[in-house]
Amino acid sequence: MSPSSDTQSASFWFLTGMRGITSLPAIILMTSFVGFSAFAFESGISRGEAIFMTISIWALPAKMILVGMMASGAHIAACFVAVTLSSIRMMPMVASLVPEMRTERTSTWLLLLLSHFVAITAWVFATQRLRDVPREHRATFFAGFGITLTLTNTVIVAVCYGVVEAFPPVVSGALFMLTPVYFLASIWATARQAVVRLAFVIGVTSGPLLALVSPGFDVLYAGIGGGTLAYLIDRFWIRGRKRTVQAEKLHGR
Amino acid sequence: MGDDWWPYIVIAVAGWLATDIWRWLGVLAGNRLNEDSEALYWVRAVATALVMAVTAKLIVFPTGTLADAPLWLRLGAAGIGFGAFLIAGQRIGVAVVTSTLLLGLGLYWLGF
Repeated sequence: MSPSSDTQSASFWFLTGMRGITSLPAIILMTSFVGFSAFAFESGISRGEAIFMTISIWALPAKMILVGMMASGAHIAACFVAVTLSSIRMMPMVASLVPEMRTERTSTWLLLLLSHFVAITAWVFATQRLRDVPREHRATFFAGFGITLTLTNTVIVAVCYGVVEAFPPVVSGALFMLTPVYFLASIWATARQAVVRLAFVIGVTSGPLLALVSPGFDVLYAGIGGGTLAYLIDRFWIRGRKRTVQAEKLHGR
Repeated sequence: MGDDWWPYIVIAVAGWLATDIWRWLGVLAGNRLNEDSEALYWVRAVATALVMAVTAKLIVFPTGTLADAPLWLRLGAAGIGFGAFLIAGQRIGVAVVTSTLLLGLGLYWLGF
């Protein structure tokens, strides 16, 4: 392929990623950010701070936690611990995307840069769509989507901040409900492997239960413990049984 | 110089750095994983369980206005929405519309 057609198809895939801004997950996230602007305003966070948070932290749950902590006047170290505990999930999320996204020529610096745009919505979107993109254009495609989504939501926060002081409770309640329900449905719908569905069920049930037992570390326990449990059940029971059946077919009679 | 810049330092350190550290570690770990390797199965399971634990907590222990809605309404709206999604052949829009409408109607009916 000539260099010019290479550049052309790269910009094609960047634009295709950008067009993801009109997808259902992106629209749901944008409504959540309208809710976040109202929440930040209510909590006494300034417009500039809310904008800086959106572009620098990006993940919505981490921002909600930081806003809550800053509003209560917590020490910077306490803020750091709370936010970083809630963000450990980023590591396996990013780690599970990287093998699908990179080629032998993809530089680690590019991946480090792009990883900033990973949050739950972008992760779900990438898990669904990356496999339909030619491998050499997957990083470009993700960059198009991730950067557009982050910048658009930054603009939304900048514009909506202070416009709505507080929504009527019926509306803001519904706004806060959109995101978790979307995650429930889309992650189930895109789960291709039994192990993902198992982890889904274990995570959904153990997350809230462990929150009662060990607040602060609940998500960590539910994730690492629950994920490992799902993996072991899948490996030794579900896939293990399949293998035994196959082995019996091979060796039988 | 006033204290105006202090919140920005808090956000940069306790927000930006606190989240991006994990993303960077994810890149370094992911670079060592092969597609369809046994380790990637485990990483996927852990990532999914973590995300679902966060999601379930958004419904069971919400912040903001949703916290005032009774637990049965939140769980009912999410559960019925998910059931409708499964019956409708896993159409994501069905879950979103059903749950949101049920929650809105419930809040309205309870006099919020």
